[in-house]
Amino acid sequence: MAVEATRHRSVHPTVVTAGRRRSGQRPNIVGAVGGFVWLAIIIVPLYYIVITSLRSQQGFYATNALAPPTDPTLANYQLVLQNEFLRYLANSVVVAGGTVVIAVAVSLMAAYAIVRGTGRAVRLVFAVFLLGLAIPLQATIVPIYYMITRIHMYDTLAALILPGVAFAIPLTVLILVNFLRDVPAELFESMRLDGAGNWRMLWSLALPLARPAVITVAVYDALNAWNGFLFPLILTQSPDNRVLPLALWSFQGQFTVNIPTVLAAVVLSTLPILALYIVGRRYLVTGLTAGFGR
Amino acid sequence: MTAPPRVRARHGGPTIWFTVPALAFFTVFAIVPLAVVVVLSLMRWDGLGTPAWTGLTNWTGVLSDPVTGNAIWLTVKVMVVSWLVQTPVSLLLGTFTAGRQRYRAVLAVLYFLPLLMSAAAIAIAFKAVLDPNFGLSKAIPLLGQDWLGSPDLVLYVVIFAIAWQFVPFHTLLYQAGVRQIPAALYESAAIDGAGRVNQFLHITLPQLRYTIVTSSTLMLVGSLTYFDLVFVLTGGGPGDSSRILALHMYITGFASNDMGRASAIAVILAAAGLVLSLGLTRLSGFSRMRSQQEGA
Repeated sequence: MAVEATRHRSVHPTVVTAGRRRSGQRPNIVGAVGGFVWLAIIIVPLYYIVITSLRSQQGFYATNALAPPTDPTLANYQLVLQNEFLRYLANSVVVAGGTVVIAVAVSLMAAYAIVRGTGRAVRLVFAVFLLGLAIPLQATIVPIYYMITRIHMYDTLAALILPGVAFAIPLTVLILVNFLRDVPAELFESMRLDGAGNWRMLWSLALPLARPAVITVAVYDALNAWNGFLFPLILTQSPDNRVLPLALWSFQGQFTVNIPTVLAAVVLSTLPILALYIVGRRYLVTGLTAGFGR
Repeated sequence: MTAPPRVRARHGGPTIWFTVPALAFFTVFAIVPLAVVVVLSLMRWDGLGTPAWTGLTNWTGVLSDPVTGNAIWLTVKVMVVSWLVQTPVSLLLGTFTAGRQRYRAVLAVLYFLPLLMSAAAIAIAFKAVLDPNFGLSKAIPLLGQDWLGSPDLVLYVVIFAIAWQFVPFHTLLYQAGVRQIPAALYESAAIDGAGRVNQFLHITLPQLRYTIVTSSTLMLVGSLTYFDLVFVLTGGGPGDSSRILALHMYITGFASNDMGRASAIAVILAAAGLVLSLGLTRLSGFSRMRSQQEGA
């Protein structure tokens, strides 16, 4: 990962030299011990979730919580899958996909205008978006509930996408603006001299150049939409429109005494995003940090 | 859609209309609700019928309610203690993982895992792990406690779970920050005979000041929004001992059907978020930081 990170961030000249720094020094024992202590703190709950999800009900009551299961079983996973899990998965895909496509498209347009524009209006718009970073989502939920019910969108997946897009926009615009600012203005100017309009420059210059940043914000927005809980809790009701985090919560109510099954649902709900992470890791990690800068 | 070339050339930039779609979404679902919530805080509404004007009744009710005071106190406590726990841990882990050995890269990947889980999943996992009968308490006698059932402990469990979820993110920020520190600084310090601790105190820490500000801002403003995790993990209980402000608003509005009062609490929440981030921005010069990045 470290190597990939350096390659991607080579736009920042100082990064490249940092690699050699620690060579020739004594090993960092305190750091290593602390690092492994935190690793244990991270791993123990994850280990507990996975092994418990493989236990039978009887095994769960009988054995030591940290011992590996004597008779591992996939029955819990089967039970979860039989309980409409795939529908919740599909709902989550629709909500996350819809949110990401809309949020990234409108944010890229806005970021292009902000970077290329010079007027006072543009700066004001950017300031408004930055202000959005400070608005706690929870503070707006009562009016959003009010609006969504009035426009008869309560208990639809679209009701989750629209506010989701709104709250994804500030950070998405910020990261894209930071990235597009590094594109030399001459590139745009020469395209303009060739007669290209704004749409062309956005589509065939800004978008290809900003690809790493676009992928980064897409993954980040997808992660947020995928894991969102409050909007689904308040804006949907029927199992037909249930998304994964909410499904976990209702599984918990449904299988109160069957902890292994609930934990199997937890594992299943994490797997798709884990797969996405494995594919897009370097963009997510480098992009997240580049977005906030030093 | 596009303006004639002459006009565009004179203005020297693309049309402002490109910001309209994003602005529309943001205005309708963030700015307008922020204004509407203030109005709703002056109305009586059960969530179903038509809101009716009621003046400052909700406000006097909310402000004189000891539960609100308790919720504000708990929110401040979560904010401060989370910051005190997460900042040193992620600062040290970030500095440590900024090294290039392969095993550190593997560690960094493992550290990242909690970020991928939803708060609901994390809360359910912790609930099971901390179960006094079937969880770690039974496996490790040293941890034998009813963690979530104790009013004195539950808030610290919440803070621990929050740290578990978010330390990886802040570790990542610090790791990136450390990697941007010029190697020459460390080389010359090593020649002068400065040890690792001195290098950390006199080079790493001062060089990371902007990262510390960014991370702290995100942490402090973010701590107003820890709703999902607490909702699923404790539901605010036992009693009101983990009923933080966001949860207090949800319970008031959507469990007790008092949207007016919930709106008043939401206004407090929004004001706290805005004051906090504007204050931090002023104090620390977030804009300076951004322009520094532009130059990088």
